[in-house]
Amino acid sequence: METVKITINDIELRVPKGRTILEAAKMIDIQIPTLCYLNMEGFHIANQTSSCRVCLVEVVGRAALVPSCSEKVTEGMVIRTDSAKAVAARRMSVELLLSNHPKECLTCQKNLECELQSLAQRLGITDIGFEGEMMNYEIDHSSLSLVKNPNKCIMCRRCETMCNEVQTCGILSAISRGFDAYVGPAFHLDMVDTSCTFCGQCVAVCPTGALTEVNNVRDVVDALNDPSKHVVAQVAPAIRVAIGEMFDMDPGTITTGQLATSLRRLGFDGVFDTDFAADLTILEEASELVHRIKHGGRLPILTSCCPAWVRFFEHQFPDLLDVPSTCKSPQMMMGTIVKTYYAEKLNIDPKDLVVVSIMPCLAKKAEAARMEMDVDSMHNVDLVLSTREFGAMLKEAGTNFAHLPSSDFDSILGESTGAAVIFGTTGGVIEAAVRTAYEWLTGEVLKNVNFEQLRGLEGIRSATVKIGDMDLNIGIAHELGNARKLLEEIRQGKSHYHAIEIMACPGGCIGGGGQPYHHGDMEIIRKRQEAIYREDAGKTKRKSHENQEVLKLYEEYLGEPYGEMAHKLLHTKYTAKDRI
Amino acid sequence: METTKSTAMDFSKETLKALDDYIESLDDKQGLLIHILHKAQELFGYLPQDLQLYIARKLDIPAAKVFGVVSFYSFFAQEKRGKHNVSICMGTACFVQGAERVYDALRSALGVEAGGTSEDGLFTLNAVRCIGACGLAPVALIDDKVFGHLSEEKIKDIIKEYREGMQDEDQYAESAV
Amino acid sequence: MKINTLSQLSKLREDGAAVCQLRESGIGGGSTAEILVGMATCGVAAGGKQTFAALERALRNRGLSHVRLVKVGCIGSCYCEPTIQVNIPGQEPVFYGNVDEDAAIAIVDSHLLKGNVLESNRLQIGYEKAGLNSKGQKKQQRIALRNCGSVDPENIMDYIAFRGYEALGKVLAEGNPEAVVNSIKASGLRGRGGGGFSTGSKWQATAQQPTGEKYIICNADEGDPGAFMDRSILEGDPHSVLEALAIGGYATGANKGIIYIRAEYPLAIERLKIAIVQAEELGLLGKNILGSGFDFTVELRLGAGAFVCGEETALIHSVEGGRGEPTKKPPFPSISGYLKKPTTVNNVETLANIPPIILNGAGWFSGIGTEKSKGTKVFALVGKINNVGLVEVPMGTTLREIVYEIGGGIRNDRDFRAVQTGGPSGGVITKADLDTPIDYESLKEIGSMMGSGGMIVMDDSDCMVNIAKFYLGFTRDESCGKCTPCRIGTKRMHEILERITNGEGVPEDLVKLERLGNTIKISALCGLGQTAPNPVLSTLKYFQDEYKAHVIDHKCSTGSCKGLLRYRISEEACTGCRACVKVCPVNCIHLANKPAYRIDSAVCTRCGACLAACKFDAVIVE
Ligand SMILES: Cc1cc2nc3c(=O)[nH]c(=O)nc-3n(C[C@H](O)[C@H](O)[C@H](O)COP(=O)(O)O)c2cc1C
Ligand code: SF4
Ligand code: SF4
Ligand code: SF4
Ligand code: SF4
Ligand code: SF4
Ligand code: SF4
Ligand code: SF4
Ligand code: SF4
Ligand code: FES
Ligand code: FES
Ligand code: FES
Repeated sequence: METVKITINDIELRVPKGRTILEAAKMIDIQIPTLCYLNMEGFHIANQTSSCRVCLVEVVGRAALVPSCSEKVTEGMVIRTDSAKAVAARRMSVELLLSNHPKECLTCQKNLECELQSLAQRLGITDIGFEGEMMNYEIDHSSLSLVKNPNKCIMCRRCETMCNEVQTCGILSAISRGFDAYVGPAFHLDMVDTSCTFCGQCVAVCPTGALTEVNNVRDVVDALNDPSKHVVAQVAPAIRVAIGEMFDMDPGTITTGQLATSLRRLGFDGVFDTDFAADLTILEEASELVHRIKHGGRLPILTSCCPAWVRFFEHQFPDLLDVPSTCKSPQMMMGTIVKTYYAEKLNIDPKDLVVVSIMPCLAKKAEAARMEMDVDSMHNVDLVLSTREFGAMLKEAGTNFAHLPSSDFDSILGESTGAAVIFGTTGGVIEAAVRTAYEWLTGEVLKNVNFEQLRGLEGIRSATVKIGDMDLNIGIAHELGNARKLLEEIRQGKSHYHAIEIMACPGGCIGGGGQPYHHGDMEIIRKRQEAIYREDAGKTKRKSHENQEVLKLYEEYLGEPYGEMAHKLLHTKYTAKDRI
Repeated sequence: METTKSTAMDFSKETLKALDDYIESLDDKQGLLIHILHKAQELFGYLPQDLQLYIARKLDIPAAKVFGVVSFYSFFAQEKRGKHNVSICMGTACFVQGAERVYDALRSALGVEAGGTSEDGLFTLNAVRCIGACGLAPVALIDDKVFGHLSEEKIKDIIKEYREGMQDEDQYAESAV
Repeated sequence: MKINTLSQLSKLREDGAAVCQLRESGIGGGSTAEILVGMATCGVAAGGKQTFAALERALRNRGLSHVRLVKVGCIGSCYCEPTIQVNIPGQEPVFYGNVDEDAAIAIVDSHLLKGNVLESNRLQIGYEKAGLNSKGQKKQQRIALRNCGSVDPENIMDYIAFRGYEALGKVLAEGNPEAVVNSIKASGLRGRGGGGFSTGSKWQATAQQPTGEKYIICNADEGDPGAFMDRSILEGDPHSVLEALAIGGYATGANKGIIYIRAEYPLAIERLKIAIVQAEELGLLGKNILGSGFDFTVELRLGAGAFVCGEETALIHSVEGGRGEPTKKPPFPSISGYLKKPTTVNNVETLANIPPIILNGAGWFSGIGTEKSKGTKVFALVGKINNVGLVEVPMGTTLREIVYEIGGGIRNDRDFRAVQTGGPSGGVITKADLDTPIDYESLKEIGSMMGSGGMIVMDDSDCMVNIAKFYLGFTRDESCGKCTPCRIGTKRMHEILERITNGEGVPEDLVKLERLGNTIKISALCGLGQTAPNPVLSTLKYFQDEYKAHVIDHKCSTGSCKGLLRYRISEEACTGCRACVKVCPVNCIHLANKPAYRIDSAVCTRCGACLAACKFDAVIVE
């Protein structure tokens, strides 16, 4: 590898060519603050606008300071990151940002997770010399998923990078210019009137409180306090490998048992695992796949358990609505089953049931209110909390989460297999479906359930799985930009896949918009993925059709997978929407 | 909540056709977004939301991108403009020759700030930078006509003349009906 | 008709030789008299169209229809537009200024009919014309502006007559792109768009990139308010830019030229369009130019009112159809520019210098100017100066020469205060530095910069704090908003200046201004922000006392800062007529010491109505 010799703060070192000053400094443990910079190399996600000017350093011989986050090292470069000039300039950038910022940290959703706030703390800013006019835009509370407060926007453009380059949704753009500039949607529209998928990836990377989730914690607490309500909770697969981070546990710590216990302690009347519904989803989806294969139906089939992805194709590919599976997502299947089967079994009026989902996801908040999901004109999921909100709820209650004893989820909707757990990562849904479809199509027992070729974090992956004498071509995409590529192929009739799994978020739900903030550290997502597969490997049952409670559900209530009752309750439809 | 606004265009078919034809005639459509917006503004007088959305869909680019561009450049108007465009030059040459006073006089004569349209719908006031007639500073443009060596009185008189001229025209229009 | 060879081009030039001679010296200039009428935007604004029509009528009515009327660009004498040039074969051309309709008729009657020059409107131009006017030592020398006012910009034959496209022909015939780059490098030509980077080196950087798709862009955004050199060139001599682009394209390996021009210049756009069509028709643009195998086309792209789009990376994004936001350099456009391909960006005036350098040689050009700044520079000389106009002087000319000799001194015999060069990026030059020779380095040394060539002269009635606020207001409005120091910093600086000019300033504000200014300069992402504080920093340096008067005594000596004015009624002079009372919009004039009235200063909005109303000069402003 070609290297160059440079000097940072009197320390000479050789660094690979093409590195930035920031990266070089990190090699010798020199810290330079950053704010706009975001670089998740493995996901090919990079925001290098060089716009915040918080990372400025001095390069000897140059009059102007340079942004260390994007300036590449060159042979013989002499850098000072600690000169009074650089320090003062960095501080000025932060002071100026704060001079145009509502300083309401105490009540801000981002409190203690805010990169601007911690920067101000780190730089010891206690007064701002340049008070003046501040931006005064309306706060957008229109959607069920995210809140947009332009007045806290520092123009780092990370959200734009996520939305436009990674997700290719094109919802956000810098608007106006000069002091009035901020990042927002076309025509200052409310987010709900745009084609936003509510994937929440903009929220996941926003360094400040300019983009946050809609907080539903109070609603959940109110429901729990209401004696007339029977409140049940469901926890999505990806929560168990991430929430520990909020309680100083290492990324990738598995906390399934603690989750069940914590929910029970908070007063939920039923504590269920969305994994149960994931197994259910597989039975439906695998049936649909088998049905399409056997009856010459439309191929490829696309998974449909990611609601951001659903909104994406409704807006961007309204001509392909017959391609995705009609299966509801696990959260919605669970909600439906709770409000029908479970309600019947416990003899509770569904109106008195409150279904609360703990999800890694902000799109699930909007999904819960989709009319297309309703059964008997009733929403099946009432409230959705993100991992972060649930973590905050636990903190508020003073739960010592890390040291909670383990317990199991409640029965009749609590059992799950390893196939369900892997829903939490990219590639998992399709792997789970293959495990079941294989046995159904061949009638043989699948011995090795680990389809390594479907795993990983590459944006688009493809594999051919031999099922009997059939070669099943499988595609996997995460991030909507990658999904778009596969969709374009289908539109042009060039797709050779039989089945495609799509997840909107980088890494799938482990990288969801409602997960604990990763602050740009991709390692965290990698660790969560490892944990998911560990959890799967540790299960005794690893195929969805082995889930006894699910089988019982069919036996007692639903009848055949993909049958009439299943169609009524577990399937949905899609609506073509304009793109804006 | 799920339905996004439709493109209810209340513009005449011919004008829209002219825009379509123009867009069709271009090779590098997306690269020429700014030209397309110029053309649209020339045809429609301004760039309302629906028109921007129409262009976005025509070019298959996000509406946010079009709006980001429109809101960036001061040349593009998103509000309907008055019958006459009054542009006062606030370039340096004009400024040192007292353009500020002329500007103040204009603002009070029209009762609007820069970018605004007078109540009677006759004038839209703009502050522009150097129109290249610095020798006549301070200058203002009314539509395409340059007025130089302005003073507070002179600009007020000019506006008055336009107003009266307009009144005559309106009366004429009424009697013709 | 297509020109396929160099000799065909030479033939066309020879055909036009008479026209050329007639306009340059009058000698050997055929048999037809002609009148050139300045019809650039400036000339038209001053009434050039009416003058043209009056001349047409007068000529017709007097049976002089054979006299050719030619629309040309401008000669830069803004202070006496409309201008015309009367060329009679065998006689020295005569220039006239302030030619309104009456003067036009008078000139036809006197000069064309009777042969008597109309002395009252005669204009002595300040620059050399080949073979003419060479008696006196002229301060000006026209290279970039050489054809402005001499050729009909809408007629390519005129341009060819003035050696147009000869340089391109020469370069293509020699077939050595590298030699072209070297020659431009050797000439010492530096970018006239503001930065002053060696044009040859820039070309070399693009040329050295692997062959493939490359571009050359002419920056005709000319955003500096109060500067109009580029407009004048484009309106008066558009082909010189097209020719230079083709030469640059050939030298750097680009087959496509783009002219990015501001939409505020409709006439220049029109003339460029005509010029491109004419050049294509003759085969001077397009495929296989002059049989050399070199293809080159030129396309226009319009701006839409954003000063920052003059910055080259912002310009490129605008050309690509996006928001004109600059990006960090490096990478420079010569490596990764338009569509991420190697791209040369050159200013209009820079390009206008190229053909003469090719024709006359690098040595000729580098013989003009100073050690490090070669050639000439065009300045837009405006403000409180008698001869407002465009001037082109060799580098090294002093400011004093420009202001007092070429510019004719300060208007109304007032006192010289300062000159601002470099527009909103530059700074002031005071009396003490009037003898500084104008070149890139010297101007930088005294805290200003060459910039694109705006030169605003201010007299003792101009408040320097107010001027600084004006510039800051400009950069604040034009900031793209991308980076923190510029987006918020210029806003804060402007707010402080606003406070100061409203009488609410405190001494600490000056410290803040300096701190902000110095930091923004080294922190901002692009040239706009990096230079935005200059007008403030330089006035703070040279007019410290004036700032202090504003923040300590709350006084503005020039009366420009309305917020600092105090209206007072002189008890002695007031007759108690109540005229002022009636006009005061805030009713703050009350009876005090009968009959005299008094103004309640705390309420007074300083609107000036009472001052205008008082017939007894009793209202005093301090
Ligand atoms: C804010 C800003 C505005 C600029 N405006 C112009 C302009 O209007 N015209 C121009 O030629 N160059 C302008 N420049 C300089 C260009 O970035 C670029 O350096 C120039 O066009 C290169 O051409 P040159 O080397 O021939 O000067 C501007 C630079 C900045 C930072
Ligand atoms: S966004 Fe950050 S700095 Fe701003 S109020 Fe919220 S926590 Fe505080
Ligand atoms: S840190 Fe300051 S603002 Fe925060 S709680 Fe303590 S006293 Fe209050
Ligand atoms: S939620 Fe997703 S689609 Fe919506 S604006 Fe954010 S990144 Fe774009
Ligand atoms: S909304 Fe957040 S992520 Fe987007 S630009 Fe503003 S601060 Fe950055
Ligand atoms: S990938 Fe998972 S977290 Fe992300 S939007 Fe889809 S369902 Fe939600
Ligand atoms: S310095 Fe100003 S104009 Fe330049 S990038 Fe920053 S905000 Fe934009
Ligand atoms: S200046 Fe205006 S406000 Fe002040 S006293 Fe005179 S009339 Fe009244
Ligand atoms: S107008 Fe003049 S003289 Fe009359 S009352 Fe006012 S100040 Fe006195
Ligand atoms: S982190 Fe480098 S400029 Fe923002
Ligand atoms: S500054 Fe006003 S016309 Fe040039
Ligand atoms: S007369 Fe043309 S620029 Fe002044």
